[in-house]
Amino acid sequence: MHKNLKPLVAALVLAPTVALAALPPYAAVTDKRLDKPEPHNWLSYRGNYAGWGYSPLSQITPENVGKLTLAWSYSTGMTEGHQSPPIVNNGYMYITTPNNQVIAMEAATGKELWRYKKSIPEELQQLHPTNRGVALYGNRVYLATTDANLVALDATTGKELWRTQVADWRKGYYMTLAPLAAKGKIMVGSSGGEYGIRGFVAAFDAETGKEAWRTYTIPAPGEPGGETWPGDTYKRGGGSVWITGTYDADSNIAYWGVGNAGPWMPDTRAGDNLYANSTIALDVDTGKLKGYHQYHHNDAWDWDEVSAPLLIDMPYKGRNIKSLVHAGRNGYLWLLDREKGGEIGFVDAWPFVEQNVFKSIDPKTGRPTYDQDRVPGTGKTVNFCPSLWGGKDWPPEAYNPKTGLLYIPANNHLCSELTGEPTKYQEGQLYIGVALQNILTNVRIGEKAKTSVGEVQAWDMKTGKQVWTHTYPEMNWGPLLTTGGNLLFGGGTNDREFHAFDASTGKLLWKFPAPSGVTGVPSSFEVDGEQYIAVQAGWGVDAQRMQGAFDAVLPHKTVVPQGGVLMVFKLSH
Amino acid sequence: MKCDHPDEPAGCGAACNQARRTALKLCAGAVIGLVATAKDNAYANDAASSRPQAGDRLVLADGESGANAPLELTSIAVGDKPVPAYPFDPATGTLRDGSRLNRVLLVRLDPTGLDERTRARSADGVVAYSSVCTHQGCDITEYNPDENVLFCFCHFSKFQPSHGGEVVGGPAPRNLPMLPLRLEGGQLVVADTFTSRPGATM
Repeated sequence: MHKNLKPLVAALVLAPTVALAALPPYAAVTDKRLDKPEPHNWLSYRGNYAGWGYSPLSQITPENVGKLTLAWSYSTGMTEGHQSPPIVNNGYMYITTPNNQVIAMEAATGKELWRYKKSIPEELQQLHPTNRGVALYGNRVYLATTDANLVALDATTGKELWRTQVADWRKGYYMTLAPLAAKGKIMVGSSGGEYGIRGFVAAFDAETGKEAWRTYTIPAPGEPGGETWPGDTYKRGGGSVWITGTYDADSNIAYWGVGNAGPWMPDTRAGDNLYANSTIALDVDTGKLKGYHQYHHNDAWDWDEVSAPLLIDMPYKGRNIKSLVHAGRNGYLWLLDREKGGEIGFVDAWPFVEQNVFKSIDPKTGRPTYDQDRVPGTGKTVNFCPSLWGGKDWPPEAYNPKTGLLYIPANNHLCSELTGEPTKYQEGQLYIGVALQNILTNVRIGEKAKTSVGEVQAWDMKTGKQVWTHTYPEMNWGPLLTTGGNLLFGGGTNDREFHAFDASTGKLLWKFPAPSGVTGVPSSFEVDGEQYIAVQAGWGVDAQRMQGAFDAVLPHKTVVPQGGVLMVFKLSH
Repeated sequence: MKCDHPDEPAGCGAACNQARRTALKLCAGAVIGLVATAKDNAYANDAASSRPQAGDRLVLADGESGANAPLELTSIAVGDKPVPAYPFDPATGTLRDGSRLNRVLLVRLDPTGLDERTRARSADGVVAYSSVCTHQGCDITEYNPDENVLFCFCHFSKFQPSHGGEVVGGPAPRNLPMLPLRLEGGQLVVADTFTSRPGATM
């Protein structure tokens, strides 16, 4: 061999080794790591158990965010709602897509490591073809599917290790949430509130997939709360759980949000309808219900209160509280208290969008009273605000411990008009009690909504004051990420922009036109000293449903193209 | 195993033809078996989930009485809400409700408003379409006369029943499969198999 070629050959031989060496051996995800995640990783749905959507990383700042540029992007080949956060463990990244797929890749380069595709039953109907991400635990990746399976995959190979049927998809049970992993258990809940399901949270052994416990969100007669459902209505009472719970490792209690009672018209199920439209506190070892707070009783508005409350410890009116914070679909921002033993106390509540249903809130219990003219019923046509999508739907809030502010992706000034009609339960079919044509055209756009609808709001929870608000002309379906660099990121608008704000002042600093609307949960991570911001574009499901309703009542129509693309940004140097 | 339309992927050539022949042979056996042991539930379920065949009648889905009374032309008027129905094999008394992909929606339209191919597949203005959206497999239950569309609640796909189930709105990637009909003594009769595969497009 020619002397001069020797180094080149050596380099070529070494090249594959070098490429492989870019990824360290997979680091098992432990309870300790999930509770106190390293700043450079994003190990779970919201980045920590408290549900903050916060990354302590601070390389990207208001001063340099203007230089944010695509490091790489990746087409998923799927349409519909791409909502999962890119979840990152020491350079291994995992995203999920509609139709129950998981893609594993190198976080710094986007090189695909493996792709898992759950086979989908031919007869399955997907009202919500989306998925909100994996859970990492041990050396495994966990996926909850729209055919109500829980799947365990090997994190390095994607090999399916076990699969458990959680509920019967033929009866309308389906799952879209990222599982919650803690104490050797993988916890999930079921959607299906529009199909007459009975909601639950269930836990499975992380190692074997065997069911450990199942707690229904809708109690049966004889159970506490069972008296709030007449006859056998509890069997089809809804109470979906379609967003990941938050978790207090000190008390071993997980907090879950519970969806609307079903069917929609309240006269079909006279009573408070516990624990629909509530947050519930469950012991992670046993599934036992330790406490609850019902945000509103006998729901009539499809106001799922399904986002889990954020866990924020803070001073409030002279005392330190371990709070639960929830921006409700019912348009109120709730401040609750994690009391000893899992009970939940009411502290305060403020409307954060136009709300004309609640007449008062009991200062001790937080129970609202209703304006009966704003309560839909069978054979009754009613106009109410906020709309059935609420002040805030599923897109998660974020909390930044440095600014001390809570950020809410809101839709303001929107109202709905619904007419209840009789409905009959048929297994696996929609069970709503409002004509479908009525739902598709439900939205009512008032004078103020002609100026702006979508909002990003910042609140100081210590004072209950709104600090700043950024408005968008139309809707906001953008989950939020906030960082130690004093930034706030979110998409959600039908102009496909992904935005960055100064977290302290709300000033819009940067935006990027994505290939599709951005309704994905953003995350941030660091590899080899470089901070990245990652988010999936991929408009669909409820954002598109609201867009369809806007198209039906507005003089103009807006086309938001579909097709999932993962975007990963870094600073250009 | 499916006995009506083996769902082989396109372009698999001789291998699938072989699979199809085997399937057909086995199906022939199953039919004989069905006649010989009419009460065998396994075979009955296969027939109940096989796709509609020429000669099938249509009966009201979700009927209260349980009586499988074949629907007649006079059962449906122009302007009625869509009628959900399942195919029914009168020879064996099998209601093909074993698969939701067999469910169809019947709508009666003015025959002069139908395009030529659709008219040829209709029975005096009555058209039958799969009630399963070709997008994500949701139930289609509604007809909007103002727009002349069958529409899906899940994601707003719209199909034109007067024009072969053509997609005229929303994310559905292909036409709604049509089930050709004819009339026999006033009864609605299935004239042929679905024009394309019913169900979601993954």
